[in-house]
Amino acid sequence: MSDEGYKLETNAAGRIVPTTINGKPAVPFQGVGKYRPAGRKAAPPVATCADYPGDGNKVLTNLKTALIKAGIEDGMTISTHHHFRNGDLVANRVFDACAEIGVKDLMWFPSASFPCHEPIIRHLDSGVVHHIEGSMNGPLGEYCSRGKMRGMGVLRSHGGRYRAVQDGEVHIDIAVIAAPTADPFGNANGLTGPSACGLLGFALADSQFADRVIVVTDNLIDFPCVPWQIHGNYVDFVVKMDRIGDPTKIVSGTTEITRSPDRLLIAELTARFIKEAGIMKGGFSFQAGAGGISLAFVTFLEKYMKETGTKARFVRGGSTKYLVKLLEEGLTEYILDGQTFDLDGIRSMRENPKHVNTSPFTSYNYHGKGNFASMVDAVVLGATEVDVNFNANVVTHSDGLLLHGIGGWQNCLFSKCTILSIPSFRDRIPVIVDEVTTLCGPGELVDVVVTERGIAINPRREDLIDAVSGSDLPIRPIEEIKAEVEKICGGKPAKPKLGDEVVAAIKWVDGTVIDCVRRVP
Amino acid sequence: MTKTCDAGRCGEKIRSDCFVSLELRDSGGIELGLKSKVEVMYGGSIRELCLDVLETLGVKNAVVTIEDQGALPFVISARLETAVKRCLPDNDGEYLPEMLDCSTYKSQRRRFRRSRLYLPGNEPKFMINAGIHKPDGIILDLEDSVAPAEKDAARILVRNALRWVDFYGAERMVRINQLPAGLEDLNYIVPHNVHVILIPKCESSQQVRQIDERIKEILDEKNIEEPVFLMPIIESALGVIKAYEIASASENIVALAVGLEDYTADIGAERTKEGKESFFARSQIVNAARAANVQPIDTVFSDVKDMEGLRQSTLEARSLGFEGKGCIHPRQLKVIHEAFAPTEGEIERAKRIVLAFERAEREGLGVVSLGSKMIDPPVVKRALRTVELAIEMGLLEKNWRDEYVR
Repeated sequence: MSDEGYKLETNAAGRIVPTTINGKPAVPFQGVGKYRPAGRKAAPPVATCADYPGDGNKVLTNLKTALIKAGIEDGMTISTHHHFRNGDLVANRVFDACAEIGVKDLMWFPSASFPCHEPIIRHLDSGVVHHIEGSMNGPLGEYCSRGKMRGMGVLRSHGGRYRAVQDGEVHIDIAVIAAPTADPFGNANGLTGPSACGLLGFALADSQFADRVIVVTDNLIDFPCVPWQIHGNYVDFVVKMDRIGDPTKIVSGTTEITRSPDRLLIAELTARFIKEAGIMKGGFSFQAGAGGISLAFVTFLEKYMKETGTKARFVRGGSTKYLVKLLEEGLTEYILDGQTFDLDGIRSMRENPKHVNTSPFTSYNYHGKGNFASMVDAVVLGATEVDVNFNANVVTHSDGLLLHGIGGWQNCLFSKCTILSIPSFRDRIPVIVDEVTTLCGPGELVDVVVTERGIAINPRREDLIDAVSGSDLPIRPIEEIKAEVEKICGGKPAKPKLGDEVVAAIKWVDGTVIDCVRRVP
Repeated sequence: MTKTCDAGRCGEKIRSDCFVSLELRDSGGIELGLKSKVEVMYGGSIRELCLDVLETLGVKNAVVTIEDQGALPFVISARLETAVKRCLPDNDGEYLPEMLDCSTYKSQRRRFRRSRLYLPGNEPKFMINAGIHKPDGIILDLEDSVAPAEKDAARILVRNALRWVDFYGAERMVRINQLPAGLEDLNYIVPHNVHVILIPKCESSQQVRQIDERIKEILDEKNIEEPVFLMPIIESALGVIKAYEIASASENIVALAVGLEDYTADIGAERTKEGKESFFARSQIVNAARAANVQPIDTVFSDVKDMEGLRQSTLEARSLGFEGKGCIHPRQLKVIHEAFAPTEGEIERAKRIVLAFERAEREGLGVVSLGSKMIDPPVVKRALRTVELAIEMGLLEKNWRDEYVR
């Protein structure tokens, strides 16, 4: 649990949140678009070519040497990215090396962590790592939930992470960037090599803002490594490792559509909604991820687009073979891709100039001069819970356990039509509830909830209600779906009894604190 | 004296079910151990339910352990009741879940039976959402999809589902076991608003009558007036030969179905996609059903991946005169409904005939004519059915006549 004191305050969403996080002041959520940032962006120290080899060869023999040369010290912030998802081999090696060096109280700042990072728990227990700021999927989330982490966890969206680095809220001392292909100068990309993952957008902020940048690769090629998704000009050292990732866990050879009839029904209703509401029209855009419902949604929408001869201007992914098919069949002009989920996605990104790699800077950064997310006509997302006021949760389960990260979810809420496509209950656990366990997205940004038992439209969106009024879509009040689900599940679910300690803070896209996670006994 | 019995299933992969282990003892009251995925949300209510079940069944001293994978209340009580009955075979108590309002709707003799969706009777996870896919009928199956050792568990689970699960307007059917086990099934099913009993491997009118009589006894006992309909399934060479006798064995028969998997085996043929080997049987069923004025219903299409095959098979069934088809996966429903839907041309022609018929009635004419053609009564009858079907399937507005009023 947190070893720093903190005070609590009620924010604009009515949630009680800490006003200091790990010793630094934090601003409670003030409402969507209300918080005004001030000041200038952060910047790394000025470097000079005099300190770097003229032949461009920055290769060092191992990670430990690189960390020492980068000046690693107690209490520093070390960052990694999560393009390898559950197949990452680098983060564990970084902290093993730190343990060998003998440093302690580090802050790990991953763009996300996965079950493969469970070994970090050892370093948290031993004091090498003090706490984690970043999405915690699975075992690390549970560790944090149980109050075992010394510092407070901080969860940010992909865009929120970029913003935090850019705004100077988080200062990265050393960034370690796993790169599927790199040259000795540090230019790097994710397009080829045994650990190919498509792109490296999540590491962009790290390369631009960290004091020291280490590129780690298992596919070192001669200069130049093009396209240089990561510019070698930001990079201090390059380290060659035997293996940086497990390809079978980085991408799947085949992303498969759900066979669950209920989920297929949700996907079909979602696609029909977009069609019937008039969102699906020439030149439109949408975003869908790689979850089972999202993939199926894309195939239903594809069918409707073909039937009506409708073409999109761009789609945003999480790219998969299903989006690639749209591009190759001419049903969309562009894919703007934030992360690549399968081999077809990687091939397409490598070969097709209209399959464009994007980053949290271009797509999601809220403290910028606009971003792509708000320009998308419709986005299809998931959630662990949504309440009758359309507030939604993506990080905790109804028993209070922190088990998921925010990902790009918060950023995507700014789409013109935000749709949560979710089952109304999972096993016996209602998904539609009176009040979400943890608030991640305010209801004013959630427009539609599509379940297998009907579609609820946020009453604020009268335009959408009107648009589908003549259709035979099963539009129902969200309270009615909730009541039906509670009947099925055998009554209202009891609330978890949580401890008082705050174990993690949930940041809104602008850096304010929208909610927090309490310890689960 | 202690005695231990189990019911239900456990394991990481099991969803929406639970495993109950019950040890009866002579003293010491009830000791209840619960390990549940939903402990935080529903642990308290699960414990209450279990104590209630045990009290109702008169169990006073027992150690009960439950491993719950998110089972709904009607499942938990069914599993616990099964464990009790396995320990105490003579216990004739019943723990009946509340009969929910959504379980009380009625069916009727004549209604759409285009699709009937089979649900394994001992698999709770498919039951709760079956109705949202809008099949014309759902079949809770006690026969082939239930392992012999689980027949007792399935009866109780299906009984509870009939009282507690919302099937959203689908006709509520149960396929019982072959006789004599099927007669015992009826005790569990008939009092709980089952609409249709499916009689598997039916080979004689006598079987039908036996079931019909037993149903009537149960209904009388429970003072239920609503009849329970019957759908015999013909699955053998003998059954095919006796199809008319079977179809006309009871006034409660509403449909006659054919099951080709067993039938083809019975006649010593391979079941093929083209279905030449079953052409006679299927035509015979249609003929017998029509002669007995009940609906002819085609067999199940069991390859859930082959949607085009399903479409072809359904179109063929329709062309042979069948009114419905069996399926095993909700995604098959749409294809079946579309294949049974009348085409635009058929609807257009039917509309004109219906209008001509209504005009003739209005004007008191004995003969319906369209242009210079006389329309025979069976043609009118078919047109009326086509229009009714088109409206039901959303292909035609209810007030379609308005556009013809000039």
